[in-house]
Amino acid sequence: MTAYIIRRLLNAIPILIGVNVITFVLFFVVNSPDDMARVQLGVKRVTPEAIAKWKQERGYDRPLLFNGRSSGVGRLTDTIFFDKSVKLFAFEFGRSDQGRDIGYDIRTRMWPSLAIALPVFLMGLATYIAFALLMAFFRATYIDFWDVVLSVAMMSVSGLFYIIGGQYLIGKLWSMVPISGYDGGLDSIKFLILPVLIGVISGVGSNARWYRIIFLEEINRDYVRTARAKGLSELRVLFRHVLQNAMIPILTGAVVVIPFLFMGSLITEAFFGIPGLGSYTIDAINSQDFAVVRAMVFLGSVLYIIGLILTDISYTLVDPRVRFE
Amino acid sequence: MPFKPVILWTDALVWLLVAAVVVFAWYVRRHEHLLAPWRRVARSRSGMAALTVLVFFIAIGLADSLHYRPALSGQDGKRVYAVEVLSVFDRIAEPLRTRKEKTYSAPLATRLYARETIELPDGGQARDYPRLKFGGAHLKDPNADRARDVAQHALRGAAAAAIAWLVLAALLCAWLARRHGTRLAGAWRAVWRGETGVPWAAILITLAGVLAVAGPVVMLSVEYHVLGTDKVGQDVLYQALKSIRTGLIIGTLTTLVMLPFALLLGVMAGYFRGWVDDAIQYLYTTLSSIPGVLLIAAAVLMMQVYIETRPELFDTVAARADLRLLFLSIILGITSWTGLCRLLRGEALKLREMEYIQAAHAFGVSHWRAMTRHILPNVMHIVLIAVVMDFSGLVLAEAVLSYVGVGVDPSMISFGTMINGARLEMAREPIVWWSLAAAFWFMLVLVLSANLFADAVRDAFDPRIRSRTLTAGRLRELAAQKT
Repeated sequence: MTAYIIRRLLNAIPILIGVNVITFVLFFVVNSPDDMARVQLGVKRVTPEAIAKWKQERGYDRPLLFNGRSSGVGRLTDTIFFDKSVKLFAFEFGRSDQGRDIGYDIRTRMWPSLAIALPVFLMGLATYIAFALLMAFFRATYIDFWDVVLSVAMMSVSGLFYIIGGQYLIGKLWSMVPISGYDGGLDSIKFLILPVLIGVISGVGSNARWYRIIFLEEINRDYVRTARAKGLSELRVLFRHVLQNAMIPILTGAVVVIPFLFMGSLITEAFFGIPGLGSYTIDAINSQDFAVVRAMVFLGSVLYIIGLILTDISYTLVDPRVRFE
Repeated sequence: MPFKPVILWTDALVWLLVAAVVVFAWYVRRHEHLLAPWRRVARSRSGMAALTVLVFFIAIGLADSLHYRPALSGQDGKRVYAVEVLSVFDRIAEPLRTRKEKTYSAPLATRLYARETIELPDGGQARDYPRLKFGGAHLKDPNADRARDVAQHALRGAAAAAIAWLVLAALLCAWLARRHGTRLAGAWRAVWRGETGVPWAAILITLAGVLAVAGPVVMLSVEYHVLGTDKVGQDVLYQALKSIRTGLIIGTLTTLVMLPFALLLGVMAGYFRGWVDDAIQYLYTTLSSIPGVLLIAAAVLMMQVYIETRPELFDTVAARADLRLLFLSIILGITSWTGLCRLLRGEALKLREMEYIQAAHAFGVSHWRAMTRHILPNVMHIVLIAVVMDFSGLVLAEAVLSYVGVGVDPSMISFGTMINGARLEMAREPIVWWSLAAAFWFMLVLVLSANLFADAVRDAFDPRIRSRTLTAGRLRELAAQKT
């Protein structure tokens, strides 16, 4: 098992190098730092001196890959590629284009993100499974039919409308909770209720339908027929036998998003004014802060790869038929 | 010529796609084994009802994809063409486009939403809601006449719609009667008793629903702003109709861009195995490990920089917005081809062990021919399902991306820009709800019918394929879970 995990971690290295090369090409080769400086400074009041100053302040004035003017190792390390891309491997994110420490920002902002994403994840999982079980229990009846219709309709509504509608109804019309904002400690709960609720509801459509298919697949297996033949009640079959076996694909499918919970959700955080990583990314995109976007791309990839490894491990834990090779 | 045709990049690709669909349909018609699953689609009630609705959307989208620059009456006999690029749809909806009010007005209103100081005829001043320039301008006393006038227009529209529906239904029955050699009344009965293979009853009912909405709306839009006007006084109905093209383009061109990569690489990886497989797997694992939204955001940011620093490349605003839309489709395509590629690789791995491929090898068929002639046709159903299932996810993703600020050009009308422009108005008192409501209903109908049609296609071709395993999974995540 340990050997397997180590091998998987080693496998991740070339992928991360690939991600790094892609972001490097995207950010420094497609457009030169001069172009970025021009956009950041505004096209009108741009002078060659201003561009040079902007680049020098942010360390973009060095050559991309090879510095002929340095000596020794400096030829390779005193370059944009080393400073901006290679250092990401050590999680040294450097400074944003506005001059803030990105590493510090990420460390402080991931907690509000987690405070929303974790409850959404857990409550969502429970809700979707409950809905799917309901549909599976009433399969091939009108209840099932209308539930499926409802979930198709719900997944056809853009997530933006769930947020706007929820904010208007609960926040403004009924004045039950504040519309947006955030506070530390226990006070944060009243700010969190609405985003969490909306996060859960907006996922009901696609997820409940998806889990329903998993349940229906299990319900046609031989062991279910055996359980019914033994004379077990339908409820007992559903909860004792089908639920347990269906949890394998559901849980292993859910594991992959766990590391992502730190990243938060872009839109929810922006709408509710929560100072998490999601709104951090949005702010960076809107102010065209390339350093922050670059850091978030790398962080996101690392978390995704961790998620994949966790998924594979969880497979082997819950299903003894799966072996490491 | 009184106009100068303009072929934007996306127009060219859209019409190319239409041509491809026509050729494909003609090819399928001549091959019974290809036609069989389509017959199953045609027998699905929800699928055909959804298709009926989609046809209307597609017609508007296509009319909006024929662009031209109108001629201005130039001096000294020389023709000058306007800088503004219009489409055939703009010409049809000319009144909607040109009749701009000053600012917000509610649906079917005759007065502005905000009070203003008005000069009275006797020289005095008063604070009141001023009359609209165009909305209900023909009424002498709007307070008394409006309700009756609106009802009259709506009724006239409904009557026109009813006549149109009856004509269409009669034509359908005449066609069916001729085809089956029965009498007209017999065909009519067969349709409503569900005795026809194609669920014509469902199609006719859907058609009636669409016409019942469209008729009165068309009739009312001659005199009123049916869905109100936005902040700069533009008709919201016009915006919603224009958004359809943007949504359709994002939904179709993205998959068009993505297909060659996914097909070529997926089939090659599964067919050759060995180092080719390793290299391709490495490529798509790397690409898919970057979270979709972030990769899109990074790529769009860079594209913005590229466009902003090179303004000389574009002669009109429309050309710039159009190129940005095309880039967005390409970027979305590049980030979303990995799922389909993985699926095709798995299928190709299975197929290459089949006897008929081995027989082909024994006959000395080249690798390229084995892939194109023997493997490709057998994975096409997966491709087709991927294309239709992706569509709705992409339309939803566009709205989210435009909200984040990495979507279409701000000057291009789309559902995303409509929502983005309207969301702050919810805080007003009384609220401005009509822009959001219009975007909501248009998007819901478009995406819902796309979803239903996609389900019908999937059930007909391969019910075992789940949406999650396709690229749609990643896009839905983008649209739903990333919210």
